[in-house]
Amino acid sequence: MSTVQNFEIYVPKLLDKREFFSAGHRACQGCGEVLALRLIMKALGDDVVISNATGCMEIISSAYPQTAWEVPYIHVAFENAGAVGSGVEAALKALRRKGRIADRYVKSVAIAGDGGTVDIGLQALSGAMERGHDMVFFCLDNEAYMNTGIQRSSATPFMAATTTSPAGKAIKGQRTGKKNVPEIMVAHNVPYVATACPSYPIDLVNKVKKAKEVKGPAYVHVFSMCPTGWRSASEQTIKLGRLVVETGIFPLYEVENGKYRMTMEIPKKLRPVEDYLKLQGRFRHLNADDIEKVQALVNKEWRKLMNKVACMKPW
Amino acid sequence: MGKRVGMEVAIAASEAVALCNIDVAAVYPITPQSHMAEHLADIIHDGRIDAEFITVESEHSSISACAGASATGARVYTATSSQGLMYMHEILPIVSAMRLPVVMGNANRAVSGPLNIWNDHTDIMPQRDSGWICMFAENGQEVVDMTIQSFKIAEHPDVMLPIVLNIDGFQLTHMIEPLEFPTQKEVNKFLPPRKPFASLHPDNPISMGCFNTPDIYAETMKAKDTALHNSKKTIVKIWKEWGKQFGRTYKPVETYRAKGADTLILTMGSMGETASIAVDELRKKGAAVGLVRLRLWRPFPLDELRAAIKGCKTLIVMDRAISFGGAGGPVGTEIKSLLYHDKGRPRIVDFIMGLGGRDVTVNDFIAMVERAKKKKDETYEYYGVRE
Amino acid sequence: MKQKKAASKAWPEKWHEINPGCMVFIPGNASTYHTGSWRAQRPEWDNKKCIKCGLCYIFCPEGCISEDAEGFFKANLDYCKGCGICAHECWPGAIKMFEEVE
Repeated sequence: MSTVQNFEIYVPKLLDKREFFSAGHRACQGCGEVLALRLIMKALGDDVVISNATGCMEIISSAYPQTAWEVPYIHVAFENAGAVGSGVEAALKALRRKGRIADRYVKSVAIAGDGGTVDIGLQALSGAMERGHDMVFFCLDNEAYMNTGIQRSSATPFMAATTTSPAGKAIKGQRTGKKNVPEIMVAHNVPYVATACPSYPIDLVNKVKKAKEVKGPAYVHVFSMCPTGWRSASEQTIKLGRLVVETGIFPLYEVENGKYRMTMEIPKKLRPVEDYLKLQGRFRHLNADDIEKVQALVNKEWRKLMNKVACMKPW
Repeated sequence: MGKRVGMEVAIAASEAVALCNIDVAAVYPITPQSHMAEHLADIIHDGRIDAEFITVESEHSSISACAGASATGARVYTATSSQGLMYMHEILPIVSAMRLPVVMGNANRAVSGPLNIWNDHTDIMPQRDSGWICMFAENGQEVVDMTIQSFKIAEHPDVMLPIVLNIDGFQLTHMIEPLEFPTQKEVNKFLPPRKPFASLHPDNPISMGCFNTPDIYAETMKAKDTALHNSKKTIVKIWKEWGKQFGRTYKPVETYRAKGADTLILTMGSMGETASIAVDELRKKGAAVGLVRLRLWRPFPLDELRAAIKGCKTLIVMDRAISFGGAGGPVGTEIKSLLYHDKGRPRIVDFIMGLGGRDVTVNDFIAMVERAKKKKDETYEYYGVRE
Repeated sequence: MKQKKAASKAWPEKWHEINPGCMVFIPGNASTYHTGSWRAQRPEWDNKKCIKCGLCYIFCPEGCISEDAEGFFKANLDYCKGCGICAHECWPGAIKMFEEVE
């Protein structure tokens, strides 16, 4: 592990120094989602048009008459980032072909939270990916509807307490496991699907660049730590992102033309999920038996993924 | 001017769109709009025009894709009907608030439930307050002309608003009519390529769709309302321009044998044709009856309506929608309220009729004029419903 | 577009001063909003311990940490919200958080 760590420490200086998402945004202290967004924007550069769904990143960035965006940006509604992004892509293509705008390659990029991706936005996302638009869709997944006050989404993990899946006496938080949307995107035969986490910035940046280079649809699911919604300390944001990967709860991988590949070194033995859970208030109600159940679910999902990594051939 | 051809109106609508050199169309099929969607796909897939055709997975996405494409500076078109329009409902006021020109053809059809695919105006009326320019075509020629005019109006720098052109489903969309198409050269002269006020491109990064705090939302709403009211000036100007170039004139409120009439029938859309025949019949019998056709529903042409109904004693409003549990049909209710303060305003009789594709014949119009004479109060009434 | 920029008021007061469609023509003008007032703790760098790795810069959610001419790092306190990520992630221990006092 030490070589990997050293490598990661010294490369930050190779990153684009320009910021495309300005300071002065209203994200909470220690927000992992806005950090993910900041790094994504650095990796994308300035030849993009952003279509953003309603959500945390929209609300904290664009209170008229101010904007934190240094690149062209549009927000229309909650569930339609995929559709707006596909309209932008079609228009850029047609106008460039017809010589009405500069002959410059510009990528259409859609960005949504987990609600705007895995729940209310799933249909528009599915349509955009299926139609093969030349665009990237980023899901910034903070595992609940944080913007409206921490209500559960289908990306909320098993047993987590939210305001609509509270840790009650009869029902202990979220009743089901996280919906696996990267898998749904793989099933769309999208040429590039990846998971990423801002605690691994170089991995994240590489994936964003790869997704941008794909000629066609690409999907990147970015784990976004949320101290406010998870009831965790703001300074532990990055640590939580590392733990979620080291415990195997949110594995970092990419699927290129159907071929699965783990992008971070796979430990021989995963860290126990408890290391991750105990730092967060949303899992405070879990007893040893509950943690065992979470561990069993994580183990099962991990085995499923490992089978795919071992067996799936590229198309 | 091109030659006269016989053509189904839905197909003619798409042919008109093709003449407008659109850049992007995002259309989801729905009866009775489907021939519009199919024919537009034919045109684009045959390479007759250079445009992107987005085969969206829903109407919600078609209007959303249109918003994105319009914001990027493209000339965009969509078409829908009934449930599709209802599904778009959430996005409609956002498109107008963002001042994005989009032209939409709406093949008017009844709204579920129960499901009914036939013609009335229950789909468009719930969209009344979404801030779109809203027009009604009466026949196929108007569909062709108004489609072309709509792009010019929507994209005009003094307007920058989306337009919905209402085309009565089946009653109009599926009629085969003799039509005159302008030539491509004539359309190019009338409608040059779009020059957007602002567009999404990294050469000039702007932010669109920023949210409003309570501090500023009310000001934004007034600005939007004012923009829609002000658009009437440009609409009338562009219609005059069309009249000069093509010889067919368009006005916000059209009249037929209204001069000296003590009773006026008010219609919107294709019903005007039947009503005009009824007017002829009644005039033959010596009754002073005329017809007023409301072409422009939003912005509402109040001054033009006032002028058109001046001196009439009874105004019979034909409403093809109903505000359940309310004061009547949306058109009747609105006209009553707008004329409330006018001295010597006519008695307004509001009929709810022609719902869900129910035929309204010449004899029905004559019967309604008779019924209106006997009617004492100004409450709304269903016409033709079996008691 | 330049004209539009000049015409658009930084803070519109009246309804007719609002840009059409509430468009914002000045990229990144949110930077005029200073979030530093949210802060309860302030990061301070001990340059003797700093190895100039830049992790603090990379992990700052505000993007308010920058490199100086000598390659050391500092936070722009106009924006720093005091989340403490930089101090927590600084493995040589060069950054410490200090309580802000009135």
